[in-house]
Amino acid sequence: MSVVEIKGVTKTFAQGNITALENIELELQPGEFVSLIGPSGCGKSTLLRVVGDLTPPTHGTVTVNGKPAHQARKDGDYGIVFQDSVLFDWRTVAKNIALPLEMLGWDRERRRTRVEEMLDLVELRSFADHHPWQLSGGMQQRVSIARALSFEPALLLMDEPFGALDEMTRERLNLELLSIWEKLGSTVVFVTHSISEAVFLSTRVVVMSPRPGRIAGVVEIDLPNPRTAETRYTPRFFELVTKVRELLRSRGEHLLPEEEELLEADR
Amino acid sequence: MKRIVEWLPALAVFVLVVGLWEGLVRALHVQQFLLPKPSTIVSVFWSDRHTLWPAGWYTFKEALGGFAIGSGLGILAATIVGRFRTLGTALMPIFIAANAVPIIAFAPIFGAWFNPISPRSKMAVAGVLCFLPVMVNTLRGLNSAKPRQIELMRSYAASELEIWRRVRVPTALPFLFTALKVASVLAMIGAIVGEYFGGSLNALGVLINNAADVFQFPLAWAGILVASLLGIALYGAVVAAERVVVRWAPDTRDA
Amino acid sequence: MLAHLRRAGIVALAVVVLVGLWELYHWIWATAGWTWPFAVNDTSMPHVWTIFKAFGQPAQVNQPSLINVLLHKTAFTAKEAAVGFAVGAVIGFVLAVVLVHSRLLQRGFLPYIVVSQTVPILAIAPMVVVWVNPKLPAPLQGWGAVAVIATYLTFFPVTINTLRGLQAADQRALELMRTYAASRWSVLWKLRVPSSLPYLFSALRLSATVSVVGAIIGELPTGLQNGLGGAIFNFNEYYSIEPQELWATDVIAAFLGIAFFVLVVMAEKALVRRAPENVA
Repeated sequence: MSVVEIKGVTKTFAQGNITALENIELELQPGEFVSLIGPSGCGKSTLLRVVGDLTPPTHGTVTVNGKPAHQARKDGDYGIVFQDSVLFDWRTVAKNIALPLEMLGWDRERRRTRVEEMLDLVELRSFADHHPWQLSGGMQQRVSIARALSFEPALLLMDEPFGALDEMTRERLNLELLSIWEKLGSTVVFVTHSISEAVFLSTRVVVMSPRPGRIAGVVEIDLPNPRTAETRYTPRFFELVTKVRELLRSRGEHLLPEEEELLEADR
Repeated sequence: MKRIVEWLPALAVFVLVVGLWEGLVRALHVQQFLLPKPSTIVSVFWSDRHTLWPAGWYTFKEALGGFAIGSGLGILAATIVGRFRTLGTALMPIFIAANAVPIIAFAPIFGAWFNPISPRSKMAVAGVLCFLPVMVNTLRGLNSAKPRQIELMRSYAASELEIWRRVRVPTALPFLFTALKVASVLAMIGAIVGEYFGGSLNALGVLINNAADVFQFPLAWAGILVASLLGIALYGAVVAAERVVVRWAPDTRDA
Repeated sequence: MLAHLRRAGIVALAVVVLVGLWELYHWIWATAGWTWPFAVNDTSMPHVWTIFKAFGQPAQVNQPSLINVLLHKTAFTAKEAAVGFAVGAVIGFVLAVVLVHSRLLQRGFLPYIVVSQTVPILAIAPMVVVWVNPKLPAPLQGWGAVAVIATYLTFFPVTINTLRGLQAADQRALELMRTYAASRWSVLWKLRVPSSLPYLFSALRLSATVSVVGAIIGELPTGLQNGLGGAIFNFNEYYSIEPQELWATDVIAAFLGIAFFVLVVMAEKALVRRAPENVA
């Protein structure tokens, strides 16, 4: 059974009469790591939010774990990570990670054990009692990931989680995320702006194009696991990056300046 | 050590001002009723302490009562209005306009309602003065929750009540304390100035006003000193409470 | 335009609701004979129409109508408040500019300006009036002392907020100005002052109201009869006979406070063309 089933999803915004998504069809198998990539306005974040039932589709259905997305949200079937870490300033690191566990009604002892496990996983044990403002951006994002994973959701939704970080932190967190993913075996939907990041992390890359938001193509990533820093230097990695880049190009002879920029930035 | 050095200029200014004041008054033989010497004020502050402090305490209780009632009702009103967003935004201009009303001018009316001698009439003035800023700021705080944080809570299938408790209230707390600090000062002003329109004879405002009327300026200034000390105490208490409650903020010193 | 109309509509509706609540409260409490928190009758809570009728009638025999008298008094109090406000704002601004350039002076004076925000400073109004008044030249006698109170009530918040604003200039922008080898003067006018405007105006909005309060309170110890404070004091004496006159005066005082506030907000809108959320 697939973890996520997106069938004929269309999303239009009444304001400005924009079609953010048009007839999207996508299916995710358990344990897959799928990246959504595309220029600004291609609806990749909107698609993620539709899967998370944070915004309803205009047409079509989304099924998560065999249930309607709405029910899946009620059941706590997914964890979400935003671009900004969205930590609660008034909670310590440990309490931030425990937030979803509190919502699920776990008792204190069980929460404490789990939070410690998560702190070890993201290597922030010594920062348990710090407040968010005392952490660097990368550390904050690790807390945010730990929070999303703490209740072992079958599905992890990540909306440009490393977009605001510097390149070096980003590459290190990419490796950490992969090792966590391999350990837990969860299914991941990952929205990103970066071609190399998408190729490096994913089992499949879904390339989207804007106006209206559509799937331009899907690239299977057959890089060997586990991936390491060296993976980025292999010829196969370059081939796949090129393939994704060409898909991004192919849809429009008339790229907008910001799309050109996106392609340039990733070269 | 470094802290002491930082405070040296302030200390120097204090010594200089008080010294100049004292020296000039002595040298130029300024009459007592125009400007009393600091030393005279301090000696009256001490010699009349049995009149001053009970009067101060009497007025302080009025201020405290008004502060508690006004702030409490302000928080309550903000909570109710905050539940209905459109109501809050619709009423906001009215609250802001009401905030610009010189409430003190209504002190005589409160006197007429509650009997000017009764401490309740001053509590009412202080209470109304505290109510508006607390209500407006708390409402603003409750509505300042970050949309992403609310969305995160939605992803956990949190109820509105839970979002309110875990996101809106913590977000509003710093706003609330900013307002409470303002309110603590307004409460003292409301009680003392309310008494300028008449009040019990053993109240601080009446004492200051009467002393000024008969040119007993040293006593009036000593009364002001008491009022200031009590005002600082109330303000300090709110700041202390803020530090206990809002522990997470990087810096709560910024008043 | 439509938004303005809607806003005006909401305000009008709110006024109607408030009047309705007032009369309803009056009716319920008076009919039930409840005396908590205070006894309600036509003296403690005069009818809204009684108050408004009072405007058209003379307060004393052979005098012009109350509204006429009150408008004169309002103009007088407004003059005190406005002069005090303007002088206080200028002094406060200048002092902030001086303080931002001298750490030493800042350390010397800032603590007192901060403490002044925590003490009931309005309480010294009677002392200031009685002390300042005899020293003033003849044309300033009376109202000048009251303006002094409005001045110093305005001065403190303006100084502290302007200083904060001047210091809030973007660090990178300051460095950029340094790369231009800009003089202190041009850093001040091209960068620090513009970035301090929102802070300045939030202090001015506060001070606008406070200066009106200061003017009203300041009139009490001077025994000045020309202003609203004196009128409030007077009508208070006759409250048990003619409560509507005190109410009418307070209504006018409320409008004066709101008018001052609105003027400052309008000036801000004209001068600070950004951050619309700062308006409240």
